[in-house]
Amino acid sequence: MTLSLHLRHDFPSAKVDVTFEVPSPGVTVLFGPSGAGKSTIVLAAAGLLRPTDCRIAIDGQILADTAAGIWLPPEQRRAGLVFQDAKLFPHMSVETNLRFGLRRAPPGPIRFDSVVALLGLDRLLARRPHTLSGGERQRVAIGRALLAQPRLLLMDEPLASLDSPRKAEIVPYLIRLKTTLRLPILYVTHDLDEVGRLADSLVLIENGAVAAYGPVADVTSRASLALAQRDDAGALVECIVAAHDTARQLTRLDGGGATFWVPLIDRDIGRACRIRVPAREVILAGRPPEAISLHNVVPGLVRAIAADPVRRTVVVEIGLPSGALLARVTPDAVARLGLAPGEPVLALIKSTSIEVLGGG
Amino acid sequence: MAILTAWILARHRFPGHAALNAFVHLPLVLPPVVTGWLLLVLFGIRGPIGALLHGWFDIRLVFTTAGASLACGVMVFPIMVRAIRLSLEAADPGLDMAARTLGAGRWDRLVNVTLPLAAPGILAGTIVAYVTSLGEFGAVVTFAASIPGETQTLPLAIYAALQIPGGEEKAATLSAISVALAVLGLAASEYASRRLNALLGR
Repeated sequence: MTLSLHLRHDFPSAKVDVTFEVPSPGVTVLFGPSGAGKSTIVLAAAGLLRPTDCRIAIDGQILADTAAGIWLPPEQRRAGLVFQDAKLFPHMSVETNLRFGLRRAPPGPIRFDSVVALLGLDRLLARRPHTLSGGERQRVAIGRALLAQPRLLLMDEPLASLDSPRKAEIVPYLIRLKTTLRLPILYVTHDLDEVGRLADSLVLIENGAVAAYGPVADVTSRASLALAQRDDAGALVECIVAAHDTARQLTRLDGGGATFWVPLIDRDIGRACRIRVPAREVILAGRPPEAISLHNVVPGLVRAIAADPVRRTVVVEIGLPSGALLARVTPDAVARLGLAPGEPVLALIKSTSIEVLGGG
Repeated sequence: MAILTAWILARHRFPGHAALNAFVHLPLVLPPVVTGWLLLVLFGIRGPIGALLHGWFDIRLVFTTAGASLACGVMVFPIMVRAIRLSLEAADPGLDMAARTLGAGRWDRLVNVTLPLAAPGILAGTIVAYVTSLGEFGAVVTFAASIPGETQTLPLAIYAALQIPGGEEKAATLSAISVALAVLGLAASEYASRRLNALLGR
């Protein structure tokens, strides 16, 4: 099943023209710099902004098709929207806020008690919005949107106004939400960490256009994209917990057709697990090194080399049997190793520099 | 009526917006006597509206208590509209958008989101308007005359007292009452809007 969206809108100073199709249910992250058009997409999906040309369909169900004259207004569209700053009704208690959409929605599968449990809201129900912390407010806003029985959940930088401890407090709820409720979710952010933890699909938006979209592990491991040139760039690899070596305090993860050793993690064998391999932590080699503390020597083929002339570095995309890694090295290293697309190479990765992000 | 007008002026843009706005504010800038005279023309027994009211419902406004109320109402209408409109415009439009995505239609949003949020302004505006209406002079005297016990407002009574030799004492008492009412009204309006704003967490 899919969520497909096409939108074209001409603002006086900018143009937005995007088209993408992603699997539903699942979290699709719209990623890009501010002003790139992400919020326009969310507002149009909610029905609050009517673009010149727009078509939105979920599993064949059409929410908007301006060419055919179909435009469900927001109050009939059932697209839940979570704003950056919660937008709770200040004159209502938390419980009344939560029930606002529930009372106006047709009967649906999302029950009051399960949302309260899912988001840990039981102790907040009688409180007033202005007595809540930013993180609590955002959880209530998410619950309120969910209880309106949405066909599509839209989240416009829901964590952007929170400090890092508050973000860390909410992210686990979002992960639970994504695994418990089978909903298509469009999630706007410019935080790469949220991409790694939450995204199933990634849509890169630049200057009002789609630069790339697809499964998050694919899009984050393409050297040709601007995303790969960021300081905090890194490929995501979907893995499965393969074995625990308690004696050596290590866990083996299989993913992308390769094997990764990481410090022992507390996760059952056979469970899905996503890792992030920061590009600047990857060393390239022609021959396996000896007498070294390293655990991960991953063989692959050079797929692409993208230069970053500003920082005088290059990003090398290393193809694995199914997937890819990124490595940020100097042009000199590329020359010395004689790297070129199609050449074999070894990626050396410290087990401690692999970020285990959980998942599925 | 003031709430509806304020809502229309605050949240809608349409041809004639400026004209409606100007019309609503007319009583504020016109000399009150002119307003009273215009009311007399419109609502007098031979006036276009007054004749209908008299013919159909046997309602006579000129020189009656109801007429005095109408004159007061027209005079303070812009004060109320301004207060309510200000508080409507101060409300976060994001809350209205949130209510829309949660399935609330136009009237639903007006009743359950917009008006409760504007409640401090509405209440404060109402109290100020009421107190101001107690002090109406020009429009009332023109439209409803000054009949003691029927259409005589406080300032009319004070004026009348001053016309009679030895009426200074009565005038002073009435003036004191007038000052007390004004202070009380302002305090009440301030208190009410503070309490409501505290409830809204502002």
